[in-house]
Amino acid sequence: MPTSTPASSAATQTLSRRELFSGFFKIGLSGFGGVLPLAHRVLVEDLRWLDDAEFTEVLSLGQTLPGPNICNMSVVIGARFQGAWGAVVALAGLLFAPLCIIVMLGLLYARYGQIGPLPHMLNGIAAVGAGLMGGTGVKLAIKLERTAWVWAVAAAAFAGTALFGFHLVGVLLVLAPLSIGMAWYQLARQTKHNSEPEQ
Amino acid sequence: MSTILQLLATFSMLSFFAIGGANSVLPEMHRQAVDIHHWMSGSEFAALFALAQAAPGPNVLIVSLIGLHVAGLPGVVATTVAMCGPSSLLAYHIGKLWHRFRDAPLRGVILRGLTPITIGLVLGSGYLLTRSADQSWPAYVLTAVTVLLMIHTRLNPLWLLAGGAVLGLLGVV
Repeated sequence: MPTSTPASSAATQTLSRRELFSGFFKIGLSGFGGVLPLAHRVLVEDLRWLDDAEFTEVLSLGQTLPGPNICNMSVVIGARFQGAWGAVVALAGLLFAPLCIIVMLGLLYARYGQIGPLPHMLNGIAAVGAGLMGGTGVKLAIKLERTAWVWAVAAAAFAGTALFGFHLVGVLLVLAPLSIGMAWYQLARQTKHNSEPEQ
Repeated sequence: MSTILQLLATFSMLSFFAIGGANSVLPEMHRQAVDIHHWMSGSEFAALFALAQAAPGPNVLIVSLIGLHVAGLPGVVATTVAMCGPSSLLAYHIGKLWHRFRDAPLRGVILRGLTPITIGLVLGSGYLLTRSADQSWPAYVLTAVTVLLMIHTRLNPLWLLAGGAVLGLLGVV
């Protein structure tokens, strides 16, 4: 593992299936109340399989495609390093331990009809979980390019889902074409500008 | 057997509608499990949801609990595979296409457009989680401290979660 380089990236390293399994095993086992903050922590900061830009990229894919975000991310990352088997192994690593634990909890609940002090613990865990998600959002936002329309889109996505409670699909249907259109317009203008002969 | 088939059909359909994750189809899941198939009562559904939130791992595992409740271990396999299978297959192929066109200008444009939306949505979930999780001012303080620690330190989030669990047990938050 290239521990000496500050920011590693998917383009410069190879990972075995075993590494993929154990990496996602760690993420699956540690994600209470939302796996995303842990995924960022493990994939970007601890293992350095991805840099921040690549993480955001895979997250964008995972969020836009149907299905659980984190499962989609594990499939895309696994496939990038080890093809179809990499995808299977990463997804299996992610789900194996949590699945075993939740089945045991489910059986206990079915037998005893209660889950002991879990609800009280959950209050504290949920408050921390919310902070972890917020902190991850801020960390990613710090890396966002400093362009007015880009921040306007981020603000609109935040406000649409969080403040106005619009359905996510609606927010995506409105914002994605708008935002991609802006990016395309800017690229087109830039290309035109660059191809113009200098005076 | 027919129950297993019903579980497979119901959850593979939900898989394709779950844009943004399992929680976005939670209302529909509730409707299917409680109102349409009468697999459980509304309060049983709520209890399973709380259980899935309390356990480690992706929130999608509520579907495994529903499967367990309806049909035991075969039900777990059926709902989990049905919920994760179709969307994973799609993600695999789109991910490969995405990687193949990594140098195409259009891909850069799509990514540049989607990135701010993605970050806005993560911040939005942070806000929504805070609103639903925090019922008292100590809880808001705990959330705020967590955000600051996340940004400024490399403290392992598991320590923060453990701290939160202890504060919850003690009834502080």
